[in-house]
Amino acid sequence: MYIPCNRTKIEHTKFVNQRMERIIEWMSQPWPWYVAGPLITLTMLLLLFAGKSFGVSDTLRTTCAIGGGGKVSDFFDFDWRKQVWNLVFVLGAVIGGFIASTWLQQPEPIPLAQDTVVKLQELAISKPGANYLPEEIFSWESLFTLRGFVMLVFGGFFIGFGARYAGGCTSGHAISGLSNLQLPSLIAVIGFFIGGLIMTYLLLPVILTL
Amino acid sequence: MKYITYLSIGTLFGIIMTKSQAISWYRIYEMFRFDSFHMYGIIGSAVILGIISVALIKKYKFKSTEGTPISFTSKNMSIPRYLFGGTIFGLGWAMTGACPGPIYTLLGTGYSVILVVLFSAILGTLTYGIVRNRLPH
Repeated sequence: MYIPCNRTKIEHTKFVNQRMERIIEWMSQPWPWYVAGPLITLTMLLLLFAGKSFGVSDTLRTTCAIGGGGKVSDFFDFDWRKQVWNLVFVLGAVIGGFIASTWLQQPEPIPLAQDTVVKLQELAISKPGANYLPEEIFSWESLFTLRGFVMLVFGGFFIGFGARYAGGCTSGHAISGLSNLQLPSLIAVIGFFIGGLIMTYLLLPVILTL
Repeated sequence: MKYITYLSIGTLFGIIMTKSQAISWYRIYEMFRFDSFHMYGIIGSAVILGIISVALIKKYKFKSTEGTPISFTSKNMSIPRYLFGGTIFGLGWAMTGACPGPIYTLLGTGYSVILVVLFSAILGTLTYGIVRNRLPH
C-alpha cells in the first residue's frame, strides 16, 4: 500500500476514511438528469452486449406463462425458460432500490417545481416531495379506500394491459425502440402521453378528491 | 454465472432509478404537467445517446459477449395497436406514477403496497392475453 512519507499510518487511514465518506455523501445527493439519462443508455448497452434487450414489461408476460397462463391463451404458451434472465434483471432492480434507499438515502425532500407542489396541495396531497410516493395513496390503509383502490388496482391493471397491447413500456419503446428509430415506438410514446395527459388533467383531479 | 451479470445490471438500473427520483410518483406527475425539465432531460438524453450508440453498433457490426452479432428486430408497423395500447399504458403510468421498471425498484425501497400494483399489472397482462384476438392490432 502506498503511504505518502509525510503521513503516519493512522493519519493515512483517517484520510482514506474521510475520502470514502465524501464519496458516499456525493453519491447520496439526488442525481441530475444528465447523469441518470446516460446511465440508462449504459444499462441498455450492457444488456445488448450481454446478448439481450432492454424491456421490463416482458417480465409480466413471463410471469403469466410460468403461472400456467398457456392454458387460457396461446399468448402465454412459449418457452419461458429463455426469459428467466429478465426476471433476474428485475430482481436486481429490487436490490438496487434497496441499496439506494438504505445506504445512499438523500436527506432532503425532492426539489419539485413550485407549480406542482401548489397543485398537489389543492388536490389534498399534504406533503409533496417529502418522500418518493404520497403516503395518502401508497399505503395498505389507503388500499381499502375508494381513492386508493382505484389508483393502485386500476392503475396497475392499465399498465399491464396497455404495455402488452402496445408491445412494450417505457424501456422497450421509449428507450430501446426510439434508440433504434422505430416509428411504432414513437406512436406508442405519443400514446403514453395522450393517456398520461388525460389522466393528469381530467381524471386525477376527480379521483384524488374521491 | 451469467445470471450474476443480469443481476448486476439490474442492480445498477435500480440504483439509477432511485437516485434520479424517476421512481417518484411526484416526478411523473410533474412531467405530465410540464412543470419541470427533469424527466424530459433523463429520457431525452438517454434516447439521444441511445440513437448514437445503436447507429455505431450497426455501423461497426459489434458482437455480444456470447460472440453473436448484436441484432435489432424491427417492430411491425400498425397504428391502432401502438396508439390504443400506449394510451391505456399512459393512463396507468400517470395514476401509479410508475412504469414496470420503477414498480420493481419501489418494492426494494420498502413500499410493500406496490405489490398490489405489480399483481394488478400481471392481471392486466393476463387479461390482454385472453382478449387480444378481439382487439384491433
